[in-house]
Amino acid sequence: MTQEHIVVLANTGETFRCSAGESVLAAMERVRRKGIPVGCRNGGCGVCKVEVIEGQFTRRKMSRAVVTAEEEARGRVLACKIHPQSNLRIQAVGKMARTVEAQQDRTSFVSGFMATPAASQPDTET
Amino acid sequence: MALTGVLRPGHVALRVLEMEPALKHYVDVLGLAEVARDKAGRVFLKAWDEHDHHSVVLREADEAGMDYMGWRVDSPATLKKLAADIETSGLASDMAWIPAGEHPATGERFRFTIATGHAMELFAEKDKVGNDCGTDGPDTNPNPWPDNLHGIAPSRFDHCLLYGDDLDGAVKLFRDVLGFSLAEQILAGPDGNLMIGAFLTCSNKPHDIALIRQPVKGKFHHASFILGSWEQVLKAGDILSRNKVSLDIGPTRHGITRGETIYFFDPSGNRNEVFSGGYIHYPDKPTITWTEQEIGPAIFYHDRKLNERFLQVFT
Ligand code: FES
Ligand SMILES: [Fe+2]
Repeated sequence: MTQEHIVVLANTGETFRCSAGESVLAAMERVRRKGIPVGCRNGGCGVCKVEVIEGQFTRRKMSRAVVTAEEEARGRVLACKIHPQSNLRIQAVGKMARTVEAQQDRTSFVSGFMATPAASQPDTET
Repeated sequence: MALTGVLRPGHVALRVLEMEPALKHYVDVLGLAEVARDKAGRVFLKAWDEHDHHSVVLREADEAGMDYMGWRVDSPATLKKLAADIETSGLASDMAWIPAGEHPATGERFRFTIATGHAMELFAEKDKVGNDCGTDGPDTNPNPWPDNLHGIAPSRFDHCLLYGDDLDGAVKLFRDVLGFSLAEQILAGPDGNLMIGAFLTCSNKPHDIALIRQPVKGKFHHASFILGSWEQVLKAGDILSRNKVSLDIGPTRHGITRGETIYFFDPSGNRNEVFSGGYIHYPDKPTITWTEQEIGPAIFYHDRKLNERFLQVFT
């Protein structure tokens, strides 16, 4: 069995185990933690975006529409496309991260349909 | 011929991050057939009951999402006329003629960008390669389905749902210039008169394209393929699980269109749907309206609530 590493989610303080054989997002889903938003699980939508604060990992190809080269250089990656090589400390930063923390209600959710680009452009967080 | 002008969605061109896993998904699991590859590495696929040469185009790229969607029109004369109408409408930008043969077995295409930022194409000619059902010639004494099906095996590419900002401009182009009708709409906002969803048809189907108002340009929500029954949708769920495909939601039913559905993701995060059912649309059918309060059952009739993923996850 591949070695398991410990992943710490800085947003919530939650921890879970993840082996090098699975993505950080898949491991989180397997143990039913809710710390990182789950979208396509395949590197296309960007909702699982995290910043790796500490630790080593390998990565697979991610859509440049949701992770720019500059972002990647700053340690921003997609949790569904990284595999830990050591214990990791990460922070969720994707377009649903605030929702995960705040448990947005339905009213503000529907208003997302009408939001102006400036107010809710998904990928402009810095 | 009573169905004239724009006949149907003829192709969708998708960007994938890596071609090999994409083909495993679209060919082995979804069950489309590979019909051609070109020098640029694009792969052309079709569903079994489509007579036209191809309906899905995959291109390896650094970004997931949709390049364009193509519409088959009834004749070269209609193609010329609609292209001219689009040009004078002021409702489209980036117009260009793509020469015949740029897609294999396909005539010239007129490409334009609609107000939501999506590239669309019209074309009049694509070779008929048949559906492998005939017993005494391609279309003579056919069997109901061919022998060589595998995977989920939908019969056709059916529609796309796309996200964009200027819904009004896009809907106006489809209705006023291309002759689509509005089968269903979602209205919201303080006065309940802001259209946030449009389900447009050029045929007898409940929709050939759906557009949802979101503060983005040119985004792709899903490409959908049609199955023959609710039982086949449930079996699709079995096949997706067996192949560990990333599931979005379902099997469930849409209130809008009444379709029975399952949503899942390709290996690049592009959403796919297979569905069955729906009703028969005629151009004189009154437009169905869904209000903001009932948006949950409109989208997911069984759960009666919209999940966060429906709005936030797209490519
Ligand atoms: S879940 Fe879509 S990019 Fe990770
Ligand atoms: Fe659909």
